[in-house]
Order: sequence, then structure tokens, then C-alpha cells
Amino acid sequence: MTVPTEEIAAKQPVAVAPPVGAARRGAALDVALARPVVIAASLVIALVIPLVVRSFIAFQLTQVMVYALAILGLNLLTGYNGQFSLGHSAFYGIGAYTAAIMMHRWDITYFWTLPSAGLVCFAVGFLFGLPALRLQGLYLALATFALAVAMPQILKFGPLEHWTGGVQGLVIDKPDPPFGLPIDADQWLYYFTLAVLVLMFAGATSLVNSRSGRAIKAIRDNPIAAAAMGINTALYKTLTFGVSALYTGVAGALGAIVVQFVAPDSFSFFLSVSFLVGLVIGGVGSIPGCLVGGLFVLYVPNIAESVSTGLAGVVYGVILLIIIFVMPDGAAGFARLAAARLAGAKQPHTTEGRLP
Amino acid sequence: MELLLQQVMAGLATGAIYALMALAVVMIYQAIDHLNFAQGEMAMFSTFIAWQLMQWGQPYWAAFAIAAALSFVGGVVIERVLFRPIHNAPILSSIVAFIALFSILNSGAGYLFDYTIKEFPTPFGSKPFLGITLISTHQAGMIGVTLGMLALLYLFFRGTRLGLAMRAAAANPESARLVGIRVGWMTALGWGMAAAIGAVAGVLIAPVVFLEPNMMLGVLLYGFAGAVLGGLTSPGGAVFGGFAMGVIENLAGTFIPYVGRELKLTIALVLIVAVLMVRPSGIFGRRLVVRV
Amino acid sequence: MMLKVAGLEAFYGEQQALFGVGFELDEGGVRTLLGANGAGKTTVLRALCGMVRTAGEVRFDGKAIAGWATEDIVRLSIAHVPEGRGTFLRVTVEENLQLGAMTRRDRPGIAADIDRVYEHFPRLRERRDQQAGTLSGGEQQMLAVGRALMLRPRLMLLDEPSFGLAPLVVAELFEILRQINREMGVAMLVVEQNAALALDLAEHAYLLETGRIVMDAPAAVFGADESVRRAYLGY
Repeated sequence: MTVPTEEIAAKQPVAVAPPVGAARRGAALDVALARPVVIAASLVIALVIPLVVRSFIAFQLTQVMVYALAILGLNLLTGYNGQFSLGHSAFYGIGAYTAAIMMHRWDITYFWTLPSAGLVCFAVGFLFGLPALRLQGLYLALATFALAVAMPQILKFGPLEHWTGGVQGLVIDKPDPPFGLPIDADQWLYYFTLAVLVLMFAGATSLVNSRSGRAIKAIRDNPIAAAAMGINTALYKTLTFGVSALYTGVAGALGAIVVQFVAPDSFSFFLSVSFLVGLVIGGVGSIPGCLVGGLFVLYVPNIAESVSTGLAGVVYGVILLIIIFVMPDGAAGFARLAAARLAGAKQPHTTEGRLP
Repeated sequence: MELLLQQVMAGLATGAIYALMALAVVMIYQAIDHLNFAQGEMAMFSTFIAWQLMQWGQPYWAAFAIAAALSFVGGVVIERVLFRPIHNAPILSSIVAFIALFSILNSGAGYLFDYTIKEFPTPFGSKPFLGITLISTHQAGMIGVTLGMLALLYLFFRGTRLGLAMRAAAANPESARLVGIRVGWMTALGWGMAAAIGAVAGVLIAPVVFLEPNMMLGVLLYGFAGAVLGGLTSPGGAVFGGFAMGVIENLAGTFIPYVGRELKLTIALVLIVAVLMVRPSGIFGRRLVVRV
Repeated sequence: MMLKVAGLEAFYGEQQALFGVGFELDEGGVRTLLGANGAGKTTVLRALCGMVRTAGEVRFDGKAIAGWATEDIVRLSIAHVPEGRGTFLRVTVEENLQLGAMTRRDRPGIAADIDRVYEHFPRLRERRDQQAGTLSGGEQQMLAVGRALMLRPRLMLLDEPSFGLAPLVVAELFEILRQINREMGVAMLVVEQNAALALDLAEHAYLLETGRIVMDAPAAVFGADESVRRAYLGY
């Protein structure tokens, strides 16, 4: 905090008055129209991409979508409900192994594995959410961290090897495109994943905008007030845990199908950290932001590696820091600021006056 | 029986290091309400600096002192340059900043000092302590230094003006400003001290786990777990938690068959979660009641 | 004029809370800021101490201090007894007083001043080694005033000192404030909802309504004006 020199303190700028009346209404209309247009355009682009890029890029983009879905799961719990989780790698792993076991041991077709993985993870998430009700903040973080650390151990556990394949894991076949469509397997997986993504993103959007969604957010913002308003916080918190696990579990199942392989050490604590980083970069509490998060998680580590193999971690860390400094609220927060500026609204102040 | 006692002593020895880490974690947590995930990496980097100084011919204690001093400065600088500018950002963003710091330090150390495992000397030797085969001189040294540091810190915080100012700044920053305390600098000081404590912890444990860039991850995790077990609002609890973690880890490793490194951590964590079910704020922790 | 404020505006984020507030305070004078809840009284004191974003002019001893950091303003010998008392709950009573003297270096002077505070507030001496959080509301208020005195302030800002205290305790407190003002020449700006008490202590008063000063007159005039009394002061 600096002390200005002793001259008369110049009158500090007063906040600019917002544009009034018609101009403001016009601006709001622009923003309201922009959203569906952007969504439609994105869908068209998404549908066309795999037909014009190399197979490998389509494969990578499929992985991006898988991560985005996993991050959405974490977002529902941490971003919208305020329950901090370092354990989502476990749910991802459970989903992945559910799919792998069903396909490898019981020869079940791949698309049935998704709802199964979802259900299994919902149950696990819900059950974990029950004792988690007692914990808050860092204590909850530790409990979820315990879950994340335990998962690879459970997957390697001797007696379960018959099912899990032990340390070596399981290999599964790549599904073929149905009805003899004139696309290759990678492209088909892309479209399949895209369909699941759109469906689940739409589901999440409608959830957070519903009454339940408002209850969930209220619990995040002020749990005591929420309870005082008659919201059954315990029920909502555990249900959100379940739904969040469901989303990440389905992502895990998709991930297993796409990569055709599951092994215990892929589902370690570090995966949870990646999800968290993706969540923050994309923007906590933003559903489209999850896509940005997915892109980041897949591509940036590779970019860092290609800049300098020896200092990859340093490059990665520096990129992270730059983003946090420039966009502390993630890509979504940044987009919001940009949209507000474009609409000619008052520049929002990011500091709430001096520190209390 | 002798094996049990031996393992308990060994557990207390490594537990001493966890206690130091836990204390550093809690100090920063009380100052800024965030957990510094990069604490371990900062300690590791400091230990490498000490090692490098010794490679360049410095005697052990000189290298140790210089490394600790540099760590102190490093901690202050990191707080002022990195975390002060983003302290208004959402908590999750700060966490990612810590992750970034972790990545930078880990990769940086690997690049500068490479990944081969190195031996790190101990000033205490490795003979049985006072002839007792239950505990080696180095282990006794670890416990002794830890207890000494804890005593110093206690005296500092309870008995000096600056210590009082730091406690006040952490407990009630607004009131602290109203009595003229420069809260920003108190936070930076806390970071510096935590970094120096980390350096001590790193130097003490390096002879046991050997020096390499990933050496502190486990120590930090056990330190963090110990702090949570003891209660994040209680420095004494953090110390207790650290010692407890050391003992639990060692006993699990010795007496449960087929237990590797990761499984030990899992067992320890599961035990802590069990404790948290009964005491959600840690054994000695206090639940903060906030008026709505 | 020791303290001169003109055109003061204050903001919480984008919300403006004060609209061109102006007042002044002489060396050793006592003035009070009255008004209903939410009028902005606390905001005025916070603005003076650099605790909210401000615009406008604040001069202390001719020095322009608007925009200064709280820690620097305090070093001008301005002590603020905040709303809710701001006690350091986990340290002892004596440590709270020592904290009040954080900006001073003269050990014997500090020790003497601590004794002086105990003379004003004997009950604090009895509890000097107790954790401040265990004190009653009245005792914590006295501790807060005592802590402010440790600064050897020329100006004391008090935010609702009577809040939550029993009438007898409040009367005692205000009598001590009067003493402090008389014997030590400490100027005071008192924000109060208990208008009767405040008008008794102060020589001049301001009435604040939604961020603006709507009345600026000697205390006696306030007390005499019936419509003001009925509308704003509740009696």
C-alpha cells in the first residue's frame, strides 16, 4: 500500500453511470441473441471437424470431450455446490473399470456400459457423500484425497485381480461404427462421444437452472441461510455428490472405450489434480467452461513438453500462473468480462475497496 | 517387543519431520486461509541448495545455515510476488497457483540437479544413540532438532512483540491494521519462516529418504495429513498429528504384510478419515463459529 | 481544524454508500454522527481509516490522507474503536493493550500507559491475564477503548460504543470517555444510535441519512428540535 505525496489528493474517479434506457436494452438483447447463435455454430463446427481433420486429431478431440465431461462432474460438486473434491479420479476410475469389466469379461456392448458406469458411480458418490456431510473445506479435501489415493491400491489388490486384471489392467476392443456407416472407428467414437456430451451438458444446464439447481447453489453460497429457508441441505449435498460422481463416471467409461485400455496407475491422485486445474482454467461454475478445461488438460502438458523437455514442468507452471494472473476467474470469467465490455456496460470493479 | 519399540522410535523420528512440515503448513494456513501445496517442493529445493553448497566445499553447518536463510528470503519473495497479487482471487484459483509453483519447483530442481538419487550427509552419524539399539543418533538428532525448533517457535510467538503482531495479523487482520500492524508484511514473514522450517525438515530427512526431486511429496502428504488429524487451527495439534503419522506409517509398514509405500499412505489416510468422522475438525481443532 | 472532510464519497464494490459528506473536528473536540441503521455512519469511520474505497477530501492536520493505507493513517495518532469492538479474542487482555502500542517503541512509556488504562478501567486489571474472548461485552468495550488509548491518539473514532451494553455500563463508559477527553485532550468522533447519550457527550452533531448529511448543528440544537427528535432519535 503506497502513501501518496503530500499534495492535495486528486479527486479519485467516481464510477461511471451505466448507459440508460434504450441503449442498455439494446445491448442486453444482443447478448441474449448471441448465445443460441454461438451454440448452434459450435455444434455445426463440431459435426464437421472429424470429416476434415486427421484421424489422430479426431481421437484427441474425443479425449478432450471426455475430460470436459469429467470436469463437468467436478464442477457440479465443487463449482455449484461448494464441496471441495480431490477424489474425482476415483470416480473416473470406477466408471472406466466398470466399462472395461463389462466389455472384457461379459462381452457387453459398449453403449450399455455408460448408464451402468453412471449408476455405479452415482451409488458410490452418494454413499461417500453421506459421511462427507460432516466434513468441510480442507477436512473434506483430505477425505476425498484419501479416496483418490486408495483407488489405485484397490485396483491392484490381489484378490480382485480376476476382475480388474491387477497391475496390468484390461484391454478392450474398439467398437465399430454401426449400420455400416462410411466413417472409420475413430470418427464414430468422436460422434458417439459428442452425442453423449451434448446430452449430458444439456442435462446439467437444465439441472443448474432448475429449482434444485438454485437450492444447490444456495447451499454453496450460504449453507445456514439455505437450511433456514427450508432446503434439505443433507439430501441435496449427497444427491449432488452422486450426480457429480455419475458424470465423471460416465466420462471414465467413455475414456476407457476411447483409449481401449485401463490400468490402475492411470487413475491416481494426479488425475484429480488435472481435473481441478481444468475446472479452474475453464471457469468454476461455468458449464461451457468445462470444454476449455478439457482442451487445457489434454494439450497444454504436451505443449509444455514440446517447448522444453527438461523444463516441461516449469513451462507448464508458468503458463498456469499467467492464466491465473490474467484470468483469475477462468476462461468463463474472462468471457463474461469481455461480453460486458462489448455490451457497453459499466466496467465492473474487481476489488471491493480496501481489504477488511 | 523390541521390534515394536524400535519401529515406534523410528516412527517418532520420521514423525518429527512430519511434525515440522505440519507446523509449516498450519502456520501458512492460519495466515492466509490456504494450504500451500508447494511447501514440500520449496523444502526440497532448499535441501538441494544445501547439497550444492556442500559440493562446492562448504562445511555442513554453513551450508545448512545459508540454505535456511535463502529459503526464508525465497518464501518472502514468493509471497510478495506471487500470492499477494492474487489474494483476492477465488480460493480454487489460488490452489491452482500453488499447483503451478509445485510444478515449477519440481521440474526446476530436476533440471538443475538431475533426477539421480543422491546421498545426503547427516551431522549426527548413524550409530546407536547412547548405546540404545532402539534408535540411531541421526534419529535422535531429528527428534532433538524438531523439539528445539518447536521450543524456539513457541518462545518467539508467545514472548516477542513481533510474534504477538504476527499472531494478531493472522487472527484478525482488520483489527491488526487498526493498531498499525503491516499485515501484508506479517504474512510475508510467516511465509519466510515456514519456508525456513521446511528447509530444516528437508535437510533432516534427506539422509533417510535420499535426495531427489520427488523426495518431499510423501513427507508433505504425511505432514498435511498430520495437520488435518491434529486440527488445522491448532499448531500443537499439527505437531501431535505429525508424530502420530510417523508412528502409524512405520507400524503399518512393519506389521501389515505386502504393504508398499502407497498402501501405507492409504492406510494412514483411511485412519484419519475415521478419526474425522468422530472429530470433524481434527482431534484438537476447533470449529469456527461464524455469526451469520 | 484538526480534521476536515469535504465531498467524501465511499464505495463498496460498485455500490456507493456516501454521497459528498462533509464535516470537521477541532483539536480536543467531541462530535457525534447520528442516524438510523444503514445510514452510513460506520462507513464514514471506515472511510476515514482507509478501509473502503473513497473519493473526496480528507485532511488531518492539513495532510491529505484520503487513499492512505489504514496502517499509515493509524500512525498519525488516529485510533479507531470499530463496530463489534475488534478485540483480539485469543490473546490476553494485557496482550491486547500491548498490541495497541504496536507502533510505539518507548517501553517505559508503554508500561506507564498500560497502568493508566487499568486506572480508568479497574476491572481490566483484574482480568489482565485472561483471554480477551472470555470477557463480557462491557469489559470488551472498555478493553477496546483502552487499546485505542495505548496509541496516545489525538483523535479517537468510536463506532457505536454503547451497542449491546447494559445502561449502567454504558453510562460508566461514557463518563470515562468524558474524562479522557477532558484530561488528555483526545478529540472524539462518536458514531451512535443512542442519540441521547451521544448528544450529552458531544458539543456538535451531524445527522446522516442514506449517505448524506441532512443536519449539522450544535448538540443542544439537536436536542431541542422536536421534529428531529421524533423522526430520527426516537424520543
